[in-house]
Amino acid sequence: MTDFDTLVQKAKRSWDKLHAQKTPVIYAGAASCGRAAGVLPVIEAIKELKATLPLEIVEVGCIGPCYLEPIIAVQKKGHPTIFYGNVQAIQAAEIVENYLVKNDPQPDKAIGALSSPNGSETTIPSIWDHPMLKAQKRIVLKNCGLIDPQNIEHYLANDGYQALNKVLQMKPETVIQEITDSGLRGRGGAGFPTGLKWKFTRAEKDPEKYVICNADEGDPGAFMNRSLIEGDPHAVLEGLLIAGYAISAVKGYIYCRAEYPLAIQRFRKALKDMRKFGLLGENILGSDFSFEIELKEGAGAFVCGEETALIASIMGERGMPRQKPPYPSQHGVWGKPTVINNVETLGTVPAIIRNGSKWYARFGTEKSKGTKTFSLVGKIRRSGLIEVPLGTTLRTVIYDIGGGIYEDKEFKAIQVGGPSGGTIPAAFMDEPLDYENLNKLGAIMGSGGIVVIDSDTCVVDLARYFLQFTENESCGKCVPCRIGTKQLLNLLTKIVKGEGTIDDFELLEELAHTISEGSLCGLGKTAPNPVITTLTYFRDEYVAHIVDKRCPAKVCKDLFVYVVDAETCIGCEICRKRCPVGAVSGEKKQPHSIDITKCIKCDVCFTNCPAKAIRKVDKVDVIHVSH
Amino acid sequence: MTSDSLKIIHHDFKLSDNVIKKIHKILVKHENDPRNIIQILQDIQAEFHYLAEPVISFIAKELAISEHRIYGVATFYSQFKFVKPGKHQIRVCMGTACHVRGAQSLLDKICRELHIQPGETTKDGLFSIESVYCLGCCALAPVMVIDDNVFGNMSAAKVTKILRKYRRANAPRKTPAKGGGK
Repeated sequence: MTDFDTLVQKAKRSWDKLHAQKTPVIYAGAASCGRAAGVLPVIEAIKELKATLPLEIVEVGCIGPCYLEPIIAVQKKGHPTIFYGNVQAIQAAEIVENYLVKNDPQPDKAIGALSSPNGSETTIPSIWDHPMLKAQKRIVLKNCGLIDPQNIEHYLANDGYQALNKVLQMKPETVIQEITDSGLRGRGGAGFPTGLKWKFTRAEKDPEKYVICNADEGDPGAFMNRSLIEGDPHAVLEGLLIAGYAISAVKGYIYCRAEYPLAIQRFRKALKDMRKFGLLGENILGSDFSFEIELKEGAGAFVCGEETALIASIMGERGMPRQKPPYPSQHGVWGKPTVINNVETLGTVPAIIRNGSKWYARFGTEKSKGTKTFSLVGKIRRSGLIEVPLGTTLRTVIYDIGGGIYEDKEFKAIQVGGPSGGTIPAAFMDEPLDYENLNKLGAIMGSGGIVVIDSDTCVVDLARYFLQFTENESCGKCVPCRIGTKQLLNLLTKIVKGEGTIDDFELLEELAHTISEGSLCGLGKTAPNPVITTLTYFRDEYVAHIVDKRCPAKVCKDLFVYVVDAETCIGCEICRKRCPVGAVSGEKKQPHSIDITKCIKCDVCFTNCPAKAIRKVDKVDVIHVSH
Repeated sequence: MTSDSLKIIHHDFKLSDNVIKKIHKILVKHENDPRNIIQILQDIQAEFHYLAEPVISFIAKELAISEHRIYGVATFYSQFKFVKPGKHQIRVCMGTACHVRGAQSLLDKICRELHIQPGETTKDGLFSIESVYCLGCCALAPVMVIDDNVFGNMSAAKVTKILRKYRRANAPRKTPAKGGGK
């Protein structure tokens, strides 16, 4: 038996012991999202139970349905493990006690069950039949939310490092062929075939080669990489080791954004454990393969997601992109051949090696193989992190998995691919989500952020939001991006203020085209996408802003005013008391009124009115606007 | 990159022996290598909360590089601060999901409440506000973070309550007539 087999056997023994032990175990989803929802006080409350009730608490990552956070799972010997959602600190102890002491599984509070090892029966459906999880295919996320990300043995007990052990007995060329055959494409956005990238880099003569894991997940509204790192860091690190072996690299870097402190912490702990277990450093698992990994923290620059900018940043410089070619595969970090792969790409590699390229290629479409994670957020009922085969339709994602639109409003569009992506209207709901198709529709896959928007979202405002983002994040190196995004933003600002003119259409299109054609890197080239797609699919909304001076979604503050509907108003004085600028007047039990010259549109009256008597009315209908 | 990061203000930051000792420790950790300047500045900021001018001058001399090179790198990245932040740093997420769920109103409300703009610190030094792009908790949008505490599903109404809590925790306690407390 090899050393590795011994490691695995020991890990499996402790994993089995944890799941068969008499002492109950509480698994708490403690990734960043769980923490934001308040899982830490929940854990504290459960800890207090320990005085009277023996139990163990294990912090796990996120299983995906973020809208149900905080999520805990209660394991009880001889009974199914049950997941509970939206657990708040005040009821946490009660839920745990009810199940553990009173034997009440509380089906009303449960979100699903895991079948227990001895197959005991329960009326609570399986967690995998939960509507949000059922339509998913979890490959890269298979361990997320189920294992302790800080315990390397949990990973080892769940096929962890099997793929590494396997490749160490394979020729590097065979490993690359396997990845090529799987059809895996870069999950960071551009979708370049991973195997090909590895092959090009390996072919370079320079023996000093590097691998970089791009964990600079900068798209606003996306958190796939964060969740994966926080839930299963070893999967990513195993992929990084395999990439290092395949191209014969001397060292690997992880470039992780500083806004993800917990992910950085998880990586650090994982690296420490890897070294302890002989999975990092000299002669990994007794082989000839030696490899080091260094973690570099980003410092807050979106453009560093671009590979040449990222490399500059690793070398301690301003993160500015440069002209390609030469590509990083020829001239990367320290001028040496370098492979840069996204977190999810690397996280997928071990599964492909373990199960074979044929198995992986079964999922997805002809040109987009495998599965992809998406963060599903915005105006959606069930928001969270999902993984589906590429080619899954938007309808499945929005309705089957996401449960439809929040508060049953009208589904208007999705915004996919972040600031580089586009807005795709609801009419394309039956289109499959894959690289080619999204490009065809004018968006990009990007890293997989899907933001759902409803009739309350103004697409012109959304386009302006993204331009504000790219204008702010433009590194300033090339003129089309530096000045172009600024001018495009100015135009959009003018339009949302109701100061647009009909000539602006032509100007918008021309400018968008120039920026896209003339920019140096991906940031600039794709920056106009949000404008181009909204102009294509929602031209009428631009017309409404420019010609009619109306914002149909009542978002653009210069185009609407608040008025009190005198018939509905109950004269409760809430709005008058809460208005920060004293714009509301009216006597108790008498209809109130708003002085629109004083109003700062803070929305306080609108959101707090118990009678829903405050209306947003187009300004043009109330005041005569001269133009 | 952002205009506020260029706002370099003079402070009476003293390079005491203790401060110099701390800086040296950080430089040694990063092998006195200018190629590690980003990590050095990150550790400096973690220690002193911002990049004070005398500290940058000192590092430049120690590493035998120009101050320009350090400022060139530091001002490129939005993480680095050149003005002293408040005791409690409020970060409001302006990511897409937060944007469509009303992050702007939330930020406006906090600014009104504290009478400062993003990038500024309150007069009492208690709070500073920053707007950031995406903290990765999109499902709980809109989100704000005070120091390391994340507040999800925020609303303008919740702001007052939360800030009040922080203010109370920092209010000067009435000192007992006779000592005894630790």
